Amino acid sequence: MLKVAIKKVLPDFELTMNFEVDNSIMVLFGPSGCGKTTTLRCIAGLEKPNAGIITLNNQIFFSAESKVFIPPRERGVGYMFQDYALFPHMSVESNILYGVKNKGDQWQELYQELLHLLKIRPLIHRGMKQLSGGEKQRVALARALMANPNILLLDEPLSALDSETRLELQEELINMQKIWKIPFIMVTHDRGEAEKIGDQIIFMSRGQEIENKRISK
Amino acid sequence: MIDWQPVVLSLKVALVSLVVVFILGIATALIMIRKQFPGKAVYESLITMPMVLPPVVTGFALLLLIGRNGPVGKVMLDLFDTQLIFTQTAAVLAAIVIAFPLMYQSAKAALQSVDSNLEDAARTLGASEWRVLLTVTIPLAMPGLIAGGVLAFSRALGEFGATIMIAGNIPGKTQTIPITIYFAAESNDLIEAGYYVAVISSITFGAIFWLNTWSKKNSWYPGTLRGGNPHRVKSRD
Repeated sequence: MLKVAIKKVLPDFELTMNFEVDNSIMVLFGPSGCGKTTTLRCIAGLEKPNAGIITLNNQIFFSAESKVFIPPRERGVGYMFQDYALFPHMSVESNILYGVKNKGDQWQELYQELLHLLKIRPLIHRGMKQLSGGEKQRVALARALMANPNILLLDEPLSALDSETRLELQEELINMQKIWKIPFIMVTHDRGEAEKIGDQIIFMSRGQEIENKRISK
Repeated sequence: MIDWQPVVLSLKVALVSLVVVFILGIATALIMIRKQFPGKAVYESLITMPMVLPPVVTGFALLLLIGRNGPVGKVMLDLFDTQLIFTQTAAVLAAIVIAFPLMYQSAKAALQSVDSNLEDAARTLGASEWRVLLTVTIPLAMPGLIAGGVLAFSRALGEFGATIMIAGNIPGKTQTIPITIYFAAESNDLIEAGYYVAVISSITFGAIFWLNTWSKKNSWYPGTLRGGNPHRVKSRD
């Protein structure tokens, strides 16, 4: 369970977020510049809130009161960036294996499973320039999951894709969450997508939560 | 027959200063990009100044610093009973100070051009700051860093003004190619001067030519894949 109760001062407004996510998909929905990405960055530890607390399964990531700030590398938070942020100087395989911590045999099994589930086995020796948008998205997802995260953050993961690939990958994300059973938090400004994927949607405007809605499926 | 000693010395001075300047330039650029401290702008201006000052002026400042009565020179004499002035070390020092701003500026531009999302991605994947630097930041900045290195090397190789001030013109000891050219031309030995001009031009041309071909080959995209991960996997297929 992820608990977020933070305030962060931004140039135009103050971001105030207060929510909890269990092992399901939560969608942050709102127009551009309303603080969705900043919320994700605060959870990942890439930005520091001004006040409040962030905990995941009772581990404190950030607490202004007790001056705790766990750096991103120790949080176990998977993050899929909007432009995927794949390393352009490495192959698909090196990208996916970048976050592997233990050098035992366990990762082999997970690696093979991800290659199979995301249908990227034929791509592993390719470079980033030789991938389509949908393939990049799959590789970025595999890379984030390969690091065994306790939570996955997705910043507009499908925004750059054509509608057909988009539909396919929406299903894939739902499927992956069911298999991994960790909280997924996805940012989008596409309402249809928010309702299709999310078990819970937070509607945001200028740094405030307007509505927190559970979707019954 | 041409005396190769100035050529060997020049290459030695340029290579040693390149190693120092390459590491120091990257480290300084990283500190300047990432840290805030009082007097940062003043410090940055000071280290960049040798690029625009006449080298003789920089040489004069170094002379005051490492000369017999200069603060550094005095300490060296008192503690180690040695002096820097008019030695090969002085020639290296002059080359370092003059070439440093070129490497620093190139390194700063190259490091700043690396997409910060890629560094953040590495951090969320559990990489320490050192691993981020060595596997993401530096490899992606490498074309700019190499270009800075080639500029710094060429500049160090051709250094004259500051070198003559603090290393002098001692044949067989501190006589580098540019100094040999100057004194050969002054004594009207245009053939000897011409030989050295041809040698230094060839070396510099070679360095720039190599840089251009290298840059074309290494644009970090298909064909030049490098793994940042020690794990190698044999595909099951």
